[in-house]
Amino acid sequence: MNAPEKHLAATAPQPATGASHPHESARAQVAGAATYIDDIAEVKGTLHAAPILSNVAHGVLRGVDAGAALAMEGVRGVVLAADIPGDPLLATFVHDEPIFARDRVEFLGQVVGLVVAETVMQARRAARQVKLDIEALPAVLDVREAVKQQSFVLPPVTVRRGDPERGIAQAPHRITGSLDVGGQEHFYLEGQVAYALPLEQDQWWIYSSTQHPGEVQHWVAHALGLANHDVKVECRRMGGGFGGKETQAGHVAVWAALAARKFRRPVKLRLDRDDDFMVTGKRHPFAYDWEAGFDDAGRITGLKLMLAANCGFSADLSGPVADRAVFHVDNAYFLGDVEIVSYRCKTHVQSHTAFRGFGGPQGMIATEALLGDIARHLGKDPLDVRKANLYGIEERNVTHYEMTVEDNILDPLITRLEQDARYRQRRAEIARWNARSPVIKRGIAITPVKFGISFTATFFNQAGALVHVYTDGSVQVNHGGTEMGQGLHTKILQVVADELGVPFHKVRISATDTSKVPNASATAASSGTDLNGRAAQFAARQVRQRLAEYVAEKQNCRPEQVIFAHGQVSGPDALMTWEQLVDDAYHSRVQLWSDGFYRTPKIHYDKHTLTGRPFYYFAYGAACTEVAIDTLTGENRVLKVDILHDVGTSINPAIDIGQIEGGFIQGMGWLTTEQLVWNDKGYLATHAPSTYKIPATGDVPEHFRIALWPEPNPEDNVGGSKAVGEPPFMLAISVWEALRDAAAAARGDAQVRMDAPATAENVLKALKA
Amino acid sequence: MESRTIRFVRRGELVSLSNVPPDRTLLEVLREDLACTGTKEGCGEGDCGACTVVLGEARDGGLQYRAINSCIRLAHSIDGLALWTVEDLAGADGSLHPAQEAMVQCHGSQCGFCTPGFVMSLFGMYQNHVARGEPVTRELAQEELSGNLCRCTGYRPILDAAQQMAELPRTSVDEAAIVCQLAALARERDAAAGPYLAPRSLPELLALRAAQPDAQVVAGCTDVGLWVTKMHRQFGRVLDVSRVEELRRVERHDGHVAIGAAVTLTEAFEALVGDRPHLKTFASRFAGLPVRNSGTLGGNVANGSPIGDSMPLLIALGARIVLASVRGERELPLEQFYTGYRKNVLAADEVVARIRVPHPVPGEFLRAYKISKRFDDDISAVCLAVNLRIEDGVVAHAGIGAGGVAATPVRALQAEAALRGRPWTAVAAQAAAAALRSEFQPISDMRASAAYRSEVLGNLLQRYWLESQGLQHVNLESFRIEEALAP
Repeated sequence: MNAPEKHLAATAPQPATGASHPHESARAQVAGAATYIDDIAEVKGTLHAAPILSNVAHGVLRGVDAGAALAMEGVRGVVLAADIPGDPLLATFVHDEPIFARDRVEFLGQVVGLVVAETVMQARRAARQVKLDIEALPAVLDVREAVKQQSFVLPPVTVRRGDPERGIAQAPHRITGSLDVGGQEHFYLEGQVAYALPLEQDQWWIYSSTQHPGEVQHWVAHALGLANHDVKVECRRMGGGFGGKETQAGHVAVWAALAARKFRRPVKLRLDRDDDFMVTGKRHPFAYDWEAGFDDAGRITGLKLMLAANCGFSADLSGPVADRAVFHVDNAYFLGDVEIVSYRCKTHVQSHTAFRGFGGPQGMIATEALLGDIARHLGKDPLDVRKANLYGIEERNVTHYEMTVEDNILDPLITRLEQDARYRQRRAEIARWNARSPVIKRGIAITPVKFGISFTATFFNQAGALVHVYTDGSVQVNHGGTEMGQGLHTKILQVVADELGVPFHKVRISATDTSKVPNASATAASSGTDLNGRAAQFAARQVRQRLAEYVAEKQNCRPEQVIFAHGQVSGPDALMTWEQLVDDAYHSRVQLWSDGFYRTPKIHYDKHTLTGRPFYYFAYGAACTEVAIDTLTGENRVLKVDILHDVGTSINPAIDIGQIEGGFIQGMGWLTTEQLVWNDKGYLATHAPSTYKIPATGDVPEHFRIALWPEPNPEDNVGGSKAVGEPPFMLAISVWEALRDAAAAARGDAQVRMDAPATAENVLKALKA
Repeated sequence: MESRTIRFVRRGELVSLSNVPPDRTLLEVLREDLACTGTKEGCGEGDCGACTVVLGEARDGGLQYRAINSCIRLAHSIDGLALWTVEDLAGADGSLHPAQEAMVQCHGSQCGFCTPGFVMSLFGMYQNHVARGEPVTRELAQEELSGNLCRCTGYRPILDAAQQMAELPRTSVDEAAIVCQLAALARERDAAAGPYLAPRSLPELLALRAAQPDAQVVAGCTDVGLWVTKMHRQFGRVLDVSRVEELRRVERHDGHVAIGAAVTLTEAFEALVGDRPHLKTFASRFAGLPVRNSGTLGGNVANGSPIGDSMPLLIALGARIVLASVRGERELPLEQFYTGYRKNVLAADEVVARIRVPHPVPGEFLRAYKISKRFDDDISAVCLAVNLRIEDGVVAHAGIGAGGVAATPVRALQAEAALRGRPWTAVAAQAAAAALRSEFQPISDMRASAAYRSEVLGNLLQRYWLESQGLQHVNLESFRIEEALAP
């Protein structure tokens, strides 16, 4: 249905960019020949570790009795906080998280230490036999309770513009509302894993399934009391990341390294899926309260919004996540008079972390909820109210953080989707149908996305790459980005192939490795291709430039006259194959490799006032979703989805469509079936796929159409493209708004409070509340 | 004690493995003992499908192919079978199997970790449908892939691949050669006793059960497998009933169908759907295909989980359970089998032999409803099966089974009593709904609150009433926009 029109073989003619090349590892993946960390042949003497978990949400840790575990078959010993040679705290930015719980446990599932044994099952079995003496303390488990108690991991942040009190007081209409939105488990199919190998002279080789090898390197070195150059971190690919392996992979790698150091043996730590759920952080659950004033058209004249992020027991990335939520409260809409108060709440659960969208979804959903409520309050079509609030081109075009929106395509994009999806006709049809249907009610919604691209921490927006041309003309690329399935490596191979004018298959990628490109930022914030693609392009360009100069000298022309295309190189006088040129150049001692470095221009941002231009550009999109609900049970189904999304000029349409579809379905899961349930003791009761339900094949609507917006990125970005990793996730807010539309049809009144996820139970509750 | 040697056919060759402990999983054997790491562990509990492999068994002169979860399957259980993993499909020259080629062409792999499992489910589909000249519809693909989770793609390209593979040049398995090898394996089977007992006949099973009452009885191992991987249980001795010929039969008798306890859920549901075609969707929502291919109806019933989905249906149908031991057989209504949470009347020397399910009778109106967070491959928050026989407008017979509302699967005796002999009217349905709500005191857990369960239990009876009156589009299970909009 959304299959790109042409399937191109690996030997397709140039240019490589713009073509739907299969994923560079596809053939290996389908044959079971793609290697993940747990598949690496184990070095002789490898031991296996398993975590010892706190069984109390909050308490004083009085003692650890490993006697029974140590007596078990195959067990070599335990690793506890006392075994850490370096800093007992992880080298996180806020520096507030112990590597192993020491005198206090702060969530149920917190790692107190490890059991190390000859086999993984021996280690896991023994870890359960370690007895913890914990004196329980009162635990804060609810985010609203945390606000009440002022239990915070970081101080609250307020962003204010204009006079929201006046905007509300003088408005012809006012509304208040509240909402609770649940978190989300990443459920990367490959669980967290690291394999730590001792090298000579107290150096370490860490295989880690991580989005951020540089940070793993830094954390491991810090914990071992070593310098960064003593630790090499390598990752060929992850079996999924989604933000869950941005910081969380670091913990696992540090633990494995500490065990390897204590026993002077290679140690692998692969978390069992249930332990992975219990230990690692998730998408932040949020709670909201708002008060808004608006005019007869539904245009917001004043908004006061409280967002409380449930951060769990430590800061981790909660500061930037909550910041990005604040930055995305506006989504596509101008908020002239606004006050946003953001609480970063400390609770005694897992430390919530990065997850695709990184707070953006949690910011946007509040405003989308408000606009849906305003429309129903006024008896208007929610799409009209949304359109009335969109950013303008010449005016109403400055965000609440003082960035001018220069690349706004919201109105034409939404209007085209509205027409293509026959929104108005369908809304009328649905209303007629609902009037006759006693049990099933249908709903429809269009919601837009405007997502800011760049790390909000400006210094992260830099990247490096290496391009090596070997004497036979084959090319190897290495860069600081990591592959988690998003197709980053494939796109970079395409970019480099085009830069050198060689076929796609001439270029290979090598594993991400801190000893090749240092100090790389996390592959996150949708920035992988923007940053690393440009760095790789620059590296290739330098090699090409040297070769062009070499040819120009021989052919007595200018370097610009030398053309690299189709695996051939031509000057005014002669044409030669790429391989011939490379061989000649090597023998003439031309440097056939280069580095490349890129930093994003134009961006700046004051983290104290939360103002500036944190984003290089915005990625846009909109989705039209139709759903049905069962008013007897609350069960619901997504029936039809039409998406129009902006990826600029696509480097690889198949990969971009894959990101859009995958992001949308993942977002749909967040808002429908994926429910994290902690019981009153702080125990995460949904800790496996038997109880935590991500979408399955049957949840994909048969009508699921994706179209790409046909314009290039107006900013100078690699190949005219735009980032695509995160923005489509938020298109799924249309699912939740359509469900609220259906619920409103059933209730026949304006107010619909439907907490997310919209499980059958929550939908039924929304019908009655 | 020495374990029996495990022997199976892979890549056309005989593989023999000695000294494999009885509780070692097939996935551990593949990844750790055979260093075949193409097959992945995603969850270790049969819920994600990353570990899917295909088993081939000689049946009726041919090969029967079944995609199963290797993470919760005991390695010994594949003795005498043929095995395919993701590493076994490509040609010697590296040419990909259509299931693999289609996944590449349709961009069906992103991170690639679920891919080996999808490829094997596709291979199972290929052998069971494409190779037999049957089309792969999107509906079939969705149903047969519902036990495989992908977090990257959103599934559309994988569903495309399922259909695309049928368009590629055919590849075939040399079935005759494998059947021949399996026959030789069966003849030369190592009959020595050991810690893993897999009898082939009922008398043999009953004798072993009597002699080894402490042996852990397993069938498809789709629940017991989790006791190994998640609860870290170790079994000194395992008694596997899944190869007992008498327990693998589906026999049609006058008045009822007898489903052997070791009949897989896939085949058991085929038998039930054969009698009552409208149960097809309910059947396909029971776990995912790899679990239905391994798990057995007898295992689901004997395990007795209060949220097992087959029991409410069987109770509503008036099914009876037959228990066997060296002392003979006894039979009782299914609901009387259970005595408490995961407790039953089974004696130490007994096994479940078969389940007898009455055929439909004229006037019967049966519906089975399942409420879960996810439509496919989920566990019920509430399951309700209602089977009324209306004669002259009066409820002549009422059978109502419920799951998720008590410590065991239960028969709704009060609701049945409220209906029996009364005219079938909206008022009667409301009375029965009220009886249902007051009859059970469900608990709150991660699947649903007690209040929701109670409320929905009654609402489902309301849905049943509406369906019994011929109302269309009152159930999302069968909802299609196009049909709903048809004049």
